[in-house]
Amino acid sequence: METTEAGLIARILAGEKELFHELIRPYERMVYLTLFAIVKSETDAEDGAQDAVINAFRHLASFRGEAKFSTWLTTIAINEGRKRLRKAKGAAEQSMEEQEESHEGDFTPAPLTDWREIPLEALERKELREALRVAVAELPDIYRQVFTLRDLEELNIEETAQALGINPGAVKVRLHRARMMLQKRLAPFLKTTAPGRKGFFGRAL
Amino acid sequence: MKLDCKHVWEHISEYIDKTVDAKLRQDIERHLEHCEICSAILDSTRNILVLTADDRTFELPVGYSKRLHERLAKELASSGKNPVEE
Repeated sequence: METTEAGLIARILAGEKELFHELIRPYERMVYLTLFAIVKSETDAEDGAQDAVINAFRHLASFRGEAKFSTWLTTIAINEGRKRLRKAKGAAEQSMEEQEESHEGDFTPAPLTDWREIPLEALERKELREALRVAVAELPDIYRQVFTLRDLEELNIEETAQALGINPGAVKVRLHRARMMLQKRLAPFLKTTAPGRKGFFGRAL
Repeated sequence: MKLDCKHVWEHISEYIDKTVDAKLRQDIERHLEHCEICSAILDSTRNILVLTADDRTFELPVGYSKRLHERLAKELASSGKNPVEE
């Protein structure tokens, strides 16, 4: 029995459609996160993820294997997200595709003057995770989408470019800026893990 | 070539992704050896990426997978024998 991904796809197309459950399982998380990066609402992301998966099933025959299945599926998820966004915002709003990197803005990292190597236990802190979630959610759309595909879903530069329909150079620029914005944003949280110096009245500075 | 901090910051993302060429990589490493500020920026950025890739940071809604497969099962049941033809 063929159980590789390509094998599964061939069997599904030959009529063993129940195997689609198995094919999609490793990518469920990716599909949801892709949708969430675009629509920014849990409910909408879940509905969109379901629609994207159904769409992938209905159009599986059009998957020719030139791209990886994961990239193909991500593209479907992105299209679903964009469709939902257009519907929500209406045609009058600026569409996502029209956004470009602004040449303005400060993308330098925050210097951490009293930095100590963060112990692994510190990374376990819930506040840090929460702060990261908020910071990612607040990134401008074009940066959040690249960051999600690349650093959350761990697609490579080429795959990210292909899925978003932009060139690899733009992926690198957006990724760098996203990472620097997050570093700057989270620096205060990271800093407090260093042994605090005491200020007046014993408050940590 | 001796790099200044700003130059290192510009390449930090590519340095993490190991997409800088060997010469630049060496220059950056030489700079990092004596520059605490840039080392801290590099470490903190790496920490953020580790945290990002950790499944517990970005969690799925409870029951997401179950609902997804239920919906899919309905779709499979209602589709014909060869539903995936174009």
